[in-house]
Amino acid sequence: MTDSSQPATESAAVLMLEDGRIFRGRSYGAEGTALGEAVFATGMTGYQETITDPSYARQLVVQTAPHIGNTGVNAADAESRRIWVAGYIVRDAARKPSNWRSEQSLDGQLRDQGIVGIQGVDTRAVTRHLRERGAMKAGIFSGPAAAGSDAELLALVAGQESMQGARLAEEVSATSRYVVEPSDNGWEGEPLFTVAALDLGIKSMTPKHFAQRGVRTVVLPASSTFDDVARESPDGVFMSNGPGDPATADPQVALLREVLDARIPFFGICFGNQILGRALGFGTYKLRYGHRGINQPVLDRRTGKVEITSQNHGFAVDAPLDGPTQAPEGRFGRVEVSHVSLNDDVVEGLACLDLPAFSVQYHPEAAAGPHDSAYLFDRFIQLMGDTRSSDQPSSDANDSDTNDSAANDKEAN
Amino acid sequence: MMRDKNDNVVVVCSIENFDPVGVHTGDSITVAPAMTLTDREYQRLRDISIAIIREVGVDTGGCNIQFAIEPDTGRIVVIEMNPRVSRSSALASKATGFAIAKIATKLSLGYTLDEIPNDITKKTPASFEPTLDYVVVKVPRFAFEKFPAADPTLTTTMKSVGEAMAIGRNFTEALQKALRSLEQKGSQLSFDISADIDVPALISAARRPTTERLSQVQQALLGGGTVDELYQATGIDPWYLDQLVLLNEVAETIREAPALTEEMLRLAKRHGFSDEQIGALTHTPEAVVRGVRHALGVRPVYKTVDTCAAEFAAYTPYHYSSYDEEDEVGPHAQPSIIILGSGPNRIGQGIEFDYSCVHASMALRKAGYETVMVNCNPETVSTDYDISTRLYFEPLTLEDVLEVIAAEERTGGVMGVFVQLGGQTPLKLAQELADAGIPILGTSPEAIDLAEHRGAFSRVLDAAGLISPKNGTAVSFEDSKKIADEIGYPVLVRPSYVLGGRGMEIVYDEANLSRYIANATEITEAHPVLIDRFLEDAIEIDVDALYDGTDLYLGGIMEHIEEAGIHSGDSACVLPPITLGADILQRVREATLAIAEGVGVRGLINIQFALASDVLYVLEANPRASRTVPFVSKATGVQLAKAAALIGTGVSIAALRTEHGLLPATGDGGDLPLDAPVSVKEAVLPFSRFRTTDGTVVDSLLGPEMRSTGEVMGIDKYFDTAFAKSQSAANAALPTEGRVFVSVANRDKRSIIMPVKRLVDLGFEILSTGGTADVLRRNGIQSTTVRKIAEGTGEHGEGTVVDLITDGTIDMIINTPTGGQARGDGYEIRAAATSYGLPVITTVPEFGAAVQAIEAMRSYEWSVTSLQEHAANLRVATEARDAAR
Repeated sequence: MTDSSQPATESAAVLMLEDGRIFRGRSYGAEGTALGEAVFATGMTGYQETITDPSYARQLVVQTAPHIGNTGVNAADAESRRIWVAGYIVRDAARKPSNWRSEQSLDGQLRDQGIVGIQGVDTRAVTRHLRERGAMKAGIFSGPAAAGSDAELLALVAGQESMQGARLAEEVSATSRYVVEPSDNGWEGEPLFTVAALDLGIKSMTPKHFAQRGVRTVVLPASSTFDDVARESPDGVFMSNGPGDPATADPQVALLREVLDARIPFFGICFGNQILGRALGFGTYKLRYGHRGINQPVLDRRTGKVEITSQNHGFAVDAPLDGPTQAPEGRFGRVEVSHVSLNDDVVEGLACLDLPAFSVQYHPEAAAGPHDSAYLFDRFIQLMGDTRSSDQPSSDANDSDTNDSAANDKEAN
Repeated sequence: MMRDKNDNVVVVCSIENFDPVGVHTGDSITVAPAMTLTDREYQRLRDISIAIIREVGVDTGGCNIQFAIEPDTGRIVVIEMNPRVSRSSALASKATGFAIAKIATKLSLGYTLDEIPNDITKKTPASFEPTLDYVVVKVPRFAFEKFPAADPTLTTTMKSVGEAMAIGRNFTEALQKALRSLEQKGSQLSFDISADIDVPALISAARRPTTERLSQVQQALLGGGTVDELYQATGIDPWYLDQLVLLNEVAETIREAPALTEEMLRLAKRHGFSDEQIGALTHTPEAVVRGVRHALGVRPVYKTVDTCAAEFAAYTPYHYSSYDEEDEVGPHAQPSIIILGSGPNRIGQGIEFDYSCVHASMALRKAGYETVMVNCNPETVSTDYDISTRLYFEPLTLEDVLEVIAAEERTGGVMGVFVQLGGQTPLKLAQELADAGIPILGTSPEAIDLAEHRGAFSRVLDAAGLISPKNGTAVSFEDSKKIADEIGYPVLVRPSYVLGGRGMEIVYDEANLSRYIANATEITEAHPVLIDRFLEDAIEIDVDALYDGTDLYLGGIMEHIEEAGIHSGDSACVLPPITLGADILQRVREATLAIAEGVGVRGLINIQFALASDVLYVLEANPRASRTVPFVSKATGVQLAKAAALIGTGVSIAALRTEHGLLPATGDGGDLPLDAPVSVKEAVLPFSRFRTTDGTVVDSLLGPEMRSTGEVMGIDKYFDTAFAKSQSAANAALPTEGRVFVSVANRDKRSIIMPVKRLVDLGFEILSTGGTADVLRRNGIQSTTVRKIAEGTGEHGEGTVVDLITDGTIDMIINTPTGGQARGDGYEIRAAATSYGLPVITTVPEFGAAVQAIEAMRSYEWSVTSLQEHAANLRVATEARDAAR
């Protein structure tokens, strides 16, 4: 570890956007160059969860909340093994973290992990620019790297690969299988189900939610095949959130089609939702500036209830909003858009009507964000229970109707 | 938080207290959003909140929940929940742009959150949680100087009388803006290191929360105290303490800078330093700092409060300044009219001034103008984002106002600024704004000076053949003694150029004059003390009027119920006057016209008169909207502030009477028919909140220093019921039976015989002590003698008067102060009565009014008339009277 307990000496830093707009500030975290897609995130809490969310891989994240780093960082709140944001753009970086759980300053951790940031820029101006012009390529340059001419920096920014067409899930995924056991997360008794979870950039809170409900999660690398999945004899298959363009996720789409053909219950979050969309035959498209925040209203069209959700997506599924429809891949039967964004009518969830499969574009695991949507984990457990009992009519007592409430009781422990 | 009928719940805002638990949230500096919580902690609070709102059953609408978190362990304690829109809802609404009460109303009508559009983004629904890309700081405004006996320790009983809010792009900027919004001497942090800073003493003092704590903590840090020491002493989160260290460091950079460079100014401004503070640190006049800053192009930009951190376009121009990069004020097609608001509520300048500002904005917008509101008080209507064409949530200092004007000039021009609506706050900026070349709408700065400056005003009075009480100006005790001897005691003493009753006292003898001068430390040649003859037993008369240079419209003549000497803000008053004859009213009208003309008023003027021995004295004139404008407007059914705003744009009173229809075609408020309904205004007093260090409430005696924090109005066909209504609304309702304790000063004994007799006839039992009991007996009124406090409990356990108050034996107290010595037995009697919520009457005129009211309450049922019907009744009565003439 470097001298991350000491404040860094700040140097000049530049945020250069692809369209030539320049914001000047001071260095933050590591010095150097960071290239990526500039996006803004509007959560007022949860910066640590944000930067460790693998879905932000290769993105330069602008935090709209002006004070960042106030509560430091700690091991428990990290959503993965490292920081994934490619660069970090804040207005007022904390000088002194203050929280009883704080273990290190955010600045120190950014430097330890070599993450280049910039502070002191008008983050609201950057956000308004991205809102009007769309998420775009950008670069942060600090220290000696900032000395280049504007034209040189702009050339570096323009020269990077676009997010459109980027295949990143494999880059962020775990490279080997691991298991998250319910017994390690407060669950007493035998596991109720096993879920095979494809790690496309999974956040650690997701297996934790399963485990707290008595579900054992076998996390598999993004490159896993159907045989790898089947070997686990899972009660359900889960596909996680993750970075990049879903249009590039052909292997995962193929894998999911096999899962659907095998009628294994499926639940997808974020990237997993886009893969379900593609598996069913829908297209995906890039949103102008995406949804990244923890205040996003989503309507559950079945119940009419509104959930305040945590979101982080730059792509979305292109599916018809007006009621159930036949999946373009006809063999999968009927599908409906189960959830929509109340801000802009973007598809936020899909539910198969003839198969045990559903997914949401937002983040029921939250972290950061509100817990309104945690019921979706219970819904998946219900689905696995229903499927098991229809396969084996008189099996165990933990299925069907009682399942939901049992899971809820455990959650309360 | 908000919940709808479908059980959708959203959290509108998190607000963190700067002070730890133990200080009422209304008395603490508060910050939105919470600065020191991780997402896990914040979401846990959210989960608990949602569980509580469901369990308590707030089916639709808003609710507020307060938590405490133990900083070492994260243990959460729920302090309280308010299943309603609360004071903090107003703050949360202004802080986020999410209009809580408006949306709660729609929810109660059956809408769901997702059916209600967000006013600001238009495209997105209200079913979301606002996210802030700025920091909001609210600071309380206290008035302990009005209650010198009160213990200034902050506790769980709220004692602040108002608040200012500021928005910045970081905490330091927001905090410093909020502090200068308070407009109180010493409210801005001082970074002066020339004086010795006694760090241990400051740390020790800061352990006890008082109004001075912020300054003590910052000074201790400035003097070398550590964050850790101050955290141990105060419990204030180290993150906030470090922000104060940051301010001290920036101050050091400013102090050490070789010159006013762009870099230094940008750093200073980014952390909210005012030109005045920079000037103090660099020994440069404020105006020079501003000049250099402008020359270097260091200007604020104006950002938008949009509920969504710029995720969606905002259609509502609700702005705040920040020294950041990008400005968001859009171009406007026509020059704007800027209305300066009244700043934080304080004693003497409350929400009444906001009424005038709001009405002016409404009238001007209706007349086709673009209006711009500048204010920093989150409790007001003027700071609702839909009242004016544009809203700037800004401090009302010269610097901040000049920058707003510059922003408006850049984007489409400024037609002029109204300074006469928001009370003294904007009025005192008039000259400097005019010096900066900004057109002042309505009364000119020169005219304002004529009214505000005593010497100039005397000349106006002389020219009009009017008189004021004999007076003089002193800069020393010798001076003042000479003047007082010449005028004759009692005299009214007060600091100069502070109208509105700050630091004012009635002095009955030389000893007290000497004490006053000794205590008034700020007396200098530039700030002398004014000494006026005090008119004992005079009737005070208050007038609000409009003048356009040609015609006078007398808005209303109010007769005070308490005699002159009780601050007009604390005195009850009645409109139309109930004991003034037509000739007096005519003299008041002529005097008002003469003063309005002599001063050169264009718009509103308020004049206070005193009538003593049939001589009409002019006490003071305020060339602006007054505290009584809303009362007069409601009592007479004429919206004076709207009319004043149009006069400011050049509309004549004649036109207001005809084509605009804002004023009646004939007659005015000084000329109401004899059968017009009667309106009574009564002050609401906060005595029960202020306690001395031994726990007793401060004295409830009224005096020349205003102490009321609000007012109520009662309207009825006659004075007696109108007064009864005002009493039950304001303080404690008058009793209609039971026991009345009477103990009055010698000079009042003669005057109380008739009203006491009347109470006896109505069946009340009279309790009394010593001299008052004797006088009553001589007049054939039997009273039960009770023990004075000094006599203590009797041998058979007979309680003293205070015992009888506390055990509920007594229903009303009549107690007038003894001459110049206010303290004594009376204080403890009044304090006990205030504590137990009994009506306490401290003046003879009020006693008479109360007896009238009690009699009316026993004879008539109260009826209810809407204000609209009241206005219509007035019109009918006026027309009938005019027809008969």
